[in-house]
Amino acid sequence: MATLGIGLAGMLAFANRKLFVFEDPRIEEVENRLPKSNCGACGQPGCRAFAEKVVAGNLMPAQCTVSSPEQRNGIADFLGVAAGDVEKKVARLACAGGRHVAFLRARYAGHDSCRAAAVVSGGGKECAWGCLGLADCANVCTFDAIHMDLHGLPVVDADKCTACNDCVEVCPKGLFSLEPVSRRLWVACKSQADGDTAEAACEVACTACGKCVADAPPGLMKLNGNLAAINYELNAWATRVPIERCPTGAIVWFDNPNHAVKGAVAKKVLRNEPLPVLH
Amino acid sequence: MKLLNYFRGEAFQRGVHPASRKEATADRRIRRLPYPPRVTVPLVQHIGKPPHAIVKVGQDVVRGQPIARADDWLSVPHHAPVTGVVEAIELRPTARGPWAQAIVIRSQAGATQEDLWGKTRDMEAATGADILQAVWDTGMVGLGGAAFPTHAKLSVPKQAKVHTLVVNGCECEPYLTCDHRVMVEEADDLVRGIRYAMRVTGAVRAIVGIEDNKPEAVEAVEAAIARANAPEGAIHAEAVPTKYPQGSEKMLLMALFGVEIPSGQLPVAMGMVVNNVGTLAALGRLLPLGQGLTERVVTVTGPGVARPGDYRVAIGTPLKFVMDYAGVEAKAGLDRRQVILGGPMMGQAIASLDVPITKGVSGVLVFRHDDMLANDRRKTYPCIKCGECVESCPMGLNPSTLGMLAAKREYDLMGSDYHLGDCFECGCCTYVCPSNIPLVQQFRVAKQILRERAVA
Repeated sequence: MATLGIGLAGMLAFANRKLFVFEDPRIEEVENRLPKSNCGACGQPGCRAFAEKVVAGNLMPAQCTVSSPEQRNGIADFLGVAAGDVEKKVARLACAGGRHVAFLRARYAGHDSCRAAAVVSGGGKECAWGCLGLADCANVCTFDAIHMDLHGLPVVDADKCTACNDCVEVCPKGLFSLEPVSRRLWVACKSQADGDTAEAACEVACTACGKCVADAPPGLMKLNGNLAAINYELNAWATRVPIERCPTGAIVWFDNPNHAVKGAVAKKVLRNEPLPVLH
Repeated sequence: MKLLNYFRGEAFQRGVHPASRKEATADRRIRRLPYPPRVTVPLVQHIGKPPHAIVKVGQDVVRGQPIARADDWLSVPHHAPVTGVVEAIELRPTARGPWAQAIVIRSQAGATQEDLWGKTRDMEAATGADILQAVWDTGMVGLGGAAFPTHAKLSVPKQAKVHTLVVNGCECEPYLTCDHRVMVEEADDLVRGIRYAMRVTGAVRAIVGIEDNKPEAVEAVEAAIARANAPEGAIHAEAVPTKYPQGSEKMLLMALFGVEIPSGQLPVAMGMVVNNVGTLAALGRLLPLGQGLTERVVTVTGPGVARPGDYRVAIGTPLKFVMDYAGVEAKAGLDRRQVILGGPMMGQAIASLDVPITKGVSGVLVFRHDDMLANDRRKTYPCIKCGECVESCPMGLNPSTLGMLAAKREYDLMGSDYHLGDCFECGCCTYVCPSNIPLVQQFRVAKQILRERAVA
């Protein structure tokens, strides 16, 4: 038995020498310094793959949007490379139609999920583009960055949001997108219905009145069908001027990443209770 | 197993027996619904690509005139369902939810609404290819509910050879009787349509499969076959034991021939083509006249309907108009009723009455608040692994495991290892689940996400 043990140990020792695969020990170290949430926000299959690419010089440490500045700089110092400069992105919702401003056309009773509600005739909301408010995004968020407010609308905590794309994928209405925080002008509506129809469904809908387009610097904004759209290539020109005459408050300005303000003439919504079901 | 089924008198394995509830409409003649003041013709009413509108806003159209042209093989043209003026081509609500491009036509008051556009066709001289083109020109889609373009279904791939045309007259969904009435009242059109379809596909025999709860339909079809002087035995009607979901083509083929179509394949691989009776009856009427599909038979029924019946409805008629005519109580429990397009098992609950009747809508079911109270109290409990769903799934899937995977969002695993793609959403698993787990809804979500991932 002892002979067998020694024999096998010898084979193992030999195999260890002969079949040894050299791996850069820095990969292990970089991986340990990453947040290890395997979220995929960097576009890689996981933190290990990201670490391999960083060590190989294909990616910059800052491309891990989840990591803190200290973590990034730590990795950069350790590898002796630049941390890189990647602008922080946050998930933004292109809808402001909570229960207190957007009508329902039918009551949805069934599986408690936006995706499931959307396959039943698009859900109960009168606006076919609007947020269904059943919190698929809040449930899918790994970083606890999304919570539902009292009107059933998701609110993104920009400090916690890591731009991992999960909410973008899960939303059946495609309302989320990842936007650099420097994009402070925002259209919080996606309704393609004509102005009257859109406003009859939701008090804060974009009615395509065109005032923002008229007030904005040339080329910054335009009407895309029945919806105002922002050309972010000219983002440097953006000011809060276009929001000021917006009658419904669908165009907003982020004075900080967590706080959007409406224009001066936007109608004030004082109601807190949900609107009734139409039809 | 086949032997066992023979002794049990069952046509295919598993499945369920929901109450049929067809009594309210089964014996009433098909009646014509008046033409509405305005019709909305969505460009996509079928599985496939949208056709292109070929009319302009403000243009006068006559009933039967083509208003949209198909550029793609998996697309069908549309014809004006009413004589009138094109009022708009714009986004309109649909039953599925998202708004979609539609042609809105205001009907002309006082028009006779005759189809004056079609030119009669000499069907005897037409070749199979001519007939196939003619089928495409009618804009026909499967009227049983799936709305798959009929010309695509009838065209046989080069390497395949079709020997049998199966005509699906099962109508296994509870409540629905539109196919039943079509078989009874338009059996001659049906037999004519069958003979056209046989010429297109090259099938040498045709079998009309009818569930045995519709004996008068079997009689009517047999009588029409006798009248048609078809070669002896080429067409015949066969009654199959009633069971849900026999209207699915794979189940019907199992019931008629004991043939199982392999996963991921179509019946054409086994030399068979399946078509719905309503589709072929409409073809039998439209092809010789050279007209397009502008109307269909819709069953309007349910406890909330005062005048239930099978109505001949112009495509694009707003649902609200249909419901007003059929006498849906306008006030009582208005906001707490449920309206379903199609049958109760596979149909689509809808959220707006502004949506139009499209080519694929076989029924409009209205349930009142009182009828649904029990459902309202239905609460979902955890899966107790009783296996009822496994016992009921006609495709032999494991809905229980699929449901648990769906709850964990393991969609890829559902598709790869648990054959989610074979699920055709018949609803048997949800129907039998004692824990009220909305299995089919979860599967629909999973299939939708898998489709999105396949595109991305």
